[in-house]
Amino acid sequence: MGGPPDGSPSAGAALRVRGLVKRYAGRLAVDGLDLDVAAGSVTALLGPNGAGKTTTVECCLGLRRPDAGSLQVLGTELAEATASADHRAAVGAMLQDGGLPTSARPMRLLRHLARLHARPRDVDVLAERLGIPAFARTSVRRLSGGQRQRLALAAALVGRPRLVFLDEPTAGLDPAARLVVWELVREVVADGAGVLLTTHDLDEAERLAQHVVIVDGGRALATGSPGVLTARSSASVRFTASPGLDLGPLRQALSEDVAVSEPAPGSYVVSGDVDPQVVAGVTSWCAQRGVMPEALSVGRPSLEEVFLDLTGRSLR
Amino acid sequence: MSAAPATPRAPVPPRAASPAARVLAQARWEAGTMLRNGEQVLLTLVLPALVLVGLSRTEVVDLGLAPGERAVDVVAPGVLALAVLSTAFTGQAIATGFDRRSGVLRLLATTPLGRGGLLAGRVLGVLAVEVVQVLVLGAVALAVGWRPDPVGLLPGALLVLVGTAALTALALLLAGVLRAEAVLAVANLVWAALLVGGGVVVPAAALPGAWGALVHVLPSGALGEGLRRASADGSLDVPALLVLAVWAVVAAAAARRWFRWD
Repeated sequence: MGGPPDGSPSAGAALRVRGLVKRYAGRLAVDGLDLDVAAGSVTALLGPNGAGKTTTVECCLGLRRPDAGSLQVLGTELAEATASADHRAAVGAMLQDGGLPTSARPMRLLRHLARLHARPRDVDVLAERLGIPAFARTSVRRLSGGQRQRLALAAALVGRPRLVFLDEPTAGLDPAARLVVWELVREVVADGAGVLLTTHDLDEAERLAQHVVIVDGGRALATGSPGVLTARSSASVRFTASPGLDLGPLRQALSEDVAVSEPAPGSYVVSGDVDPQVVAGVTSWCAQRGVMPEALSVGRPSLEEVFLDLTGRSLR
Repeated sequence: MSAAPATPRAPVPPRAASPAARVLAQARWEAGTMLRNGEQVLLTLVLPALVLVGLSRTEVVDLGLAPGERAVDVVAPGVLALAVLSTAFTGQAIATGFDRRSGVLRLLATTPLGRGGLLAGRVLGVLAVEVVQVLVLGAVALAVGWRPDPVGLLPGALLVLVGTAALTALALLLAGVLRAEAVLAVANLVWAALLVGGGVVVPAAALPGAWGALVHVLPSGALGEGLRRASADGSLDVPALLVLAVWAVVAAAAARRWFRWD
């Protein structure tokens, strides 16, 4: 298992994490997490702030020592992988804190990082894709948040990695730049690389990821493809209104086959055996009480709603 | 809405550049960064040059000169020691402290360079800048009348090499345990204190009493006195070399034990 990665998509799992545990001063940050990233696919790690996402990424990169669990990177145990320059060359990382030298100019930095690899990407082509020449002569400390994000992504991809960790890659980007980043990630995946994406943007996860792991409190609450995660929840009626409505009368007005809840303040869900009678019952109840049901929707939940149901928290 | 799994194309297998290429690339990066930074150039070239010219041409500081001894012959090797102190200690401590705070060290640790390559590249980068300093300051010193013993070049180079190891290790120790702002303050204070009373530019013999004896066991004093001996008669100051070697070993061990990468 110890040889350098051959980069073949048939190598299987790009990342395999089992029972990862990490504590800070006795407090559990990651609590027995299992995680897989297949070669040629994107796994999205979703969770609110403090859920353990960044700690997980840092453990996978060898930046933090796990307290328990096993981690295999490109088929090799983590300790062996991080000790090998060829293995590190096969892993690209875009860290949340960026890690870009503040006095550096973007193109000089990218060319330097490329020199650490035997077969890097064409720096000029990569930079052009991400619009970096427009700010090539500006030092990192003077770049906007979005420009730093683009540079950090280029730095992560310059070595043609087989496994890429992207921590909030499109945070702070305008819509056009976000589309460019998504296109680049799809290309990397098409080349057979595995991508672990942490994001607060559920739309991004739904568009890019083949596999989603929802974490909270350091534990995986649900895993599966976006389609499976949303399909396993029953149809529901959702609406927003002022927080703290007394839901008792609404429950009495509806059949016993449905449940009524307020998973987050002002966000209401009627789930279960939802039929036209239930929808009518909800709107009728709202009308009687003078409640305007805003953003009323009927159907299977989005990934964002699944997340909300599981964690009781919004990602943003 | 989820994307379909990709059909992988045959990828180009990633490989790291050779160890020598990685370390040389990092050394080039470090040296280039130092020489492009205005504050660093001020610290490593401009201030030592001003000290050199100022103390060689004036008598504002008592250098404790022996009869017949010229100020420039005492000041020039001391200024070279000051230049090494500026680059290997003060400059490295500040740069490493801020790189640590902004996550640069963490990011580079995940690249093919790794932590070992990063340290090796930094030391080589420091040595490259020191070569520039010796050439520039040496030329200025020769222009104001410095006439060193050419035989002292080899012992001088050895002292600079071991002194660089000791001072860089101390810089990493400082930068690895303190916050960046504290590193900035302490490194500059130490530089100023050693300039005045560390046996660097002002010889130990010109310092008062017990302090004059004590500076011989400081890395600054050992380097300054050692370079003055090499410049004066071409000989190697073995006690000074031993002092620097001990500092290098102890500081490197301490940095290895206490340095925090983030």
